[in-house]
Amino acid sequence: MSSQNTIMEYESSTERPQISTGLSTQCVHAGEARQKAGNAITDAIVCSSTYTFESTQSVIDFIEQKQNREEYGRYGSPNEKVVEAKLAALDNAEESVVFASGMAAAIGLFMAKLSAGDEIVFFDQCYHRSREFCSKHLSRFGVVTREVPTGDFEAMEAAINSRTKLLVSESPTNPHLTTIDLEQFVALGKAHEVETLIDATLASPFNIRPIEYGVDYVWHSATKYLGGHNDLLAGSVAGSKEKLESIRNLRGIMGGISSAHNLYLLERGLKTFALRMARHNENGQAIAEFLENHPRIERVYYPGLASHPTHHVAKRTMRGFGGLVTFLVKDADWIETGKVIDRCKLARIGPSLGGVESLIEQPLVMSYFNYLPEQRAQFGIPDNMIRMSCGIEDTQDLIDDLTQALDS
Amino acid sequence: MKFRTRAIHIGSEPDPATGAVVPPIHVASTFIQPGAGEWGRFDYSRSGSPTRSNVERTIANLENGAGALAFASGMAATHCAVMHLRSGDHILAGSDVYGGTYRLLHKIANRSGIDVTLSAVDNLENLEAAIRPNTKMLWIESIGNPLMSIPDIEKIAHITRRLGILLAVDNTFATPVLVRPIELGADIVMHSATKYLGGHSDCLAGALVASNEKLLSELYFVQNATGGVLSPFDSFLIARGIKTLELRVREQSRTAMAIAEWLTQHNCVTRVLYPGLESHPGYAIAAKQMDGAFGAMISFEIDGDFQATKQVCQSTELFGLAVSLGAVESLIEQPASMSHASYDAADRSRFGIRDSLIRISVGLEDVDDLTADLDQAIRSAVKR
Repeated sequence: MSSQNTIMEYESSTERPQISTGLSTQCVHAGEARQKAGNAITDAIVCSSTYTFESTQSVIDFIEQKQNREEYGRYGSPNEKVVEAKLAALDNAEESVVFASGMAAAIGLFMAKLSAGDEIVFFDQCYHRSREFCSKHLSRFGVVTREVPTGDFEAMEAAINSRTKLLVSESPTNPHLTTIDLEQFVALGKAHEVETLIDATLASPFNIRPIEYGVDYVWHSATKYLGGHNDLLAGSVAGSKEKLESIRNLRGIMGGISSAHNLYLLERGLKTFALRMARHNENGQAIAEFLENHPRIERVYYPGLASHPTHHVAKRTMRGFGGLVTFLVKDADWIETGKVIDRCKLARIGPSLGGVESLIEQPLVMSYFNYLPEQRAQFGIPDNMIRMSCGIEDTQDLIDDLTQALDS
Repeated sequence: MKFRTRAIHIGSEPDPATGAVVPPIHVASTFIQPGAGEWGRFDYSRSGSPTRSNVERTIANLENGAGALAFASGMAATHCAVMHLRSGDHILAGSDVYGGTYRLLHKIANRSGIDVTLSAVDNLENLEAAIRPNTKMLWIESIGNPLMSIPDIEKIAHITRRLGILLAVDNTFATPVLVRPIELGADIVMHSATKYLGGHSDCLAGALVASNEKLLSELYFVQNATGGVLSPFDSFLIARGIKTLELRVREQSRTAMAIAEWLTQHNCVTRVLYPGLESHPGYAIAAKQMDGAFGAMISFEIDGDFQATKQVCQSTELFGLAVSLGAVESLIEQPASMSHASYDAADRSRFGIRDSLIRISVGLEDVDDLTADLDQAIRSAVKR
């Protein structure tokens, strides 16, 4: 790792999610060499596809692991090492492995950790593409996927058997923003000697650090808050060096790596990560409170509202509650709900979340349009549901925009 | 819309061709025209390109100007403004301006027969007395470099308006988050966008903003003719940086205020220059002129000579020893040997840029981490 000379250790506590006062310092400096090539203050973008050796002996030294260096771009790059070290510092993990997208990271983990005959148990509000990969594709290789109601630990325990290898949850979930009791989740895994995975994309390491609870793997779609500017795709898995080794090795074979240009943009985005997250949290809370008091709103899902069924868990495990707010428009059918979205002038219609620009969408249309009504009911996606990813714009501007969209 | 919202959305409208939420980086050097002698919106990218035009709209909007021009560096922007003048004209500049500006005025502009003199900007009587019949431009910095002098832009603009002189303000240190000179009566705003606008120490860029269309088109004529334009990739990086500009500047200013107060209590520090300190001669004007914060640049003098000062700058572990400023990483430098080495030694001493002066650019790191680093560096060189 090229992470010598990095900044300050910080003290963690498992009682409260105390994030180091030096988090912003870590965002700027962690993972980077103090003195860089060419004495540049920023990391160079090293786009080399391959790396040269000065002699046959140096190739042999490399193979015999006497020399830690690059070999071929698919196995690693200088930009990748910096970003991985920075992400590991933010997640308070020993290491992290970066991929070309969030899904590439998830699939890298599943493929590395699961074999024919193994089983995996999901809470059912996990990102539907990750569940789909396991149920539709890993099933072809003899892996069994089970889904249990989100937060129902008894059901999860009942689904565990001697073949179970991995327990998976998101926290908070999308779009219902259900927060999982991480202590209970980890205890369940430990009791049955099954590894645990948390998709912490919506919370980001600013708000939740599942590693500190003993979770084995933390998965992020770094496209969202970590990159933060809606201009790159990336994914990561954080954990111990030992547990990540097989994922890292498989990535080198499967090839879903992130390019040097992309990694540079991710590194640059991470420099303002703490600053942006504080603002996303403020906007999310303010918008959720505004909507909860609005006469045209039937219900708001936000972990920072006392009305959310898992608010007590969120309060215990999260530092702030993020920028994603889900709400239901009172007495609106799917067409009227779409009109509210269409009247928004600031938030733009689009999938994804976590960028500086606010985005808004109707889950029924954006993600579940081709499902039957009874399937949507089963997923908990009513016709009048809107999901908004609050960016870092001025809070009052966002409230004004929603006000005119709802009041027209 | 509020400043922060405009910084994110103006000039960053979704791409109509693809719906992309971030506009594409248009790298084309030339554009296909509708017919011979018929011109489309863009022709040759020195004259304008979609990506550059986007960031120019953002900067113009944030500075409340008629339009903006983006350049390959801050000095290219300054040069363009100076090339607006002619042989025989006189330019009066503030006495604590960036060393590169000093060099351009004294060693390049003078070759074209443009006369240059300097005057302190915080004494209006002296400043007006320094104006000559042939003075065509007054060049000031909204926060002086490196002494943090604060000009009363509104009052100075009254003088320049009355006398028909162009008032150009280098707004690099303050940024439009804190000072908007055109709203105070300035004609031209200049930025080294390398600094806070880009904010990540990874691209060089400059900008000029004009208060009216006529001046804009005159400056554009010079830009197009001389060609020091900003590349599409760098235009994209500046635009991306501007999206977090207000967050960064306000956070960095908050940290700087705390560090400035901490420095005043330090027994090895003899003088602290920060406009947010009530002890600063420009405090009253800064409090009136700046929008809720005082920036993130601090200069201070230690109880030591040239060598001791040099050692402080070389002993930090978190602050990087480098010129430039305004980025997420904190930097430290000695003006006498670095940013203001271009000044003649006599002018440095005349204008109070002493050997024991240290300038810091406060980044986004945690305040306690930064004061701990400064403290160990100062104590390594100054024994008490």
